[in-house]
Amino acid sequence: MTAPLTYRLTITSQTNRLNDVRQFVSGQARTHGFAEDDVNKITIAVDEACTNIIKHGYGFSPDHFIDIEVRRSGPQFEIIIMDSGKQFDPKSIETPDMKEYLTHYRRGGLGVYLMKRIMDKVEFNIQHDRNVLRMVKSLS
Amino acid sequence: MSEFKVHVRQREDDIHVLELRGYLDAHTTPVLEESFQRLLHEKKYRILVNCRELTYISSAGLGVFMAFIEDVRAGSGDIKLSDMNPKVFNIFDLLGFPMLYDIVPTEEEAAAKFGAR
Repeated sequence: MTAPLTYRLTITSQTNRLNDVRQFVSGQARTHGFAEDDVNKITIAVDEACTNIIKHGYGFSPDHFIDIEVRRSGPQFEIIIMDSGKQFDPKSIETPDMKEYLTHYRRGGLGVYLMKRIMDKVEFNIQHDRNVLRMVKSLS
Repeated sequence: MSEFKVHVRQREDDIHVLELRGYLDAHTTPVLEESFQRLLHEKKYRILVNCRELTYISSAGLGVFMAFIEDVRAGSGDIKLSDMNPKVFNIFDLLGFPMLYDIVPTEEEAAAKFGAR
């Protein structure tokens, strides 16, 4: 098996860097062979993940870092996002019932839901005291 | 730099149109929030959002519509959306927003849904 092609981007924890993240991820997803619809969705999944880290992990404190790694191997497109912010407990996020959510005019908490709807796999782990989010989508 | 702009226009039928342009994400949502706040402050509750030049939206952007819809409807108005490109509509649709908002192809259709005043 050949080693995956790996590409990295590191950003500071600022929302004005989200556009750079989107450029990076959409370029990679397009090169990997995804159709535009999937390119857009994957890009949103990564935007949501980074937004959550900036907002909840780092509490909008701008001088921290987020590492984003894309690994492309065969049909598999894998994105690893690492941060050193507040430890994230995925169990704290309930999957919202969208009908209930919308009719009660709730707000926020939709990012993880979107990530799970879009990607084949979404895993949260803690490694060496860092939050590690792994998302996978494969070409069908 | 991600760019986002809102242009506000008043129609003859007392509907205020927000024309959105560019990328609506966690960085740019304050711009849209401010536009909604201004309209609500002036008690303008018939709000039509024209998305023709909106190229991208994340859940932070969708959250803005959730934040204001209750107050707008309490004022007997509504937020209706038109001219959405398929990429943007997909995201609204993934989250079930068509259940709560009128999202129609053209501004005229959206305006007609407000009824006469």
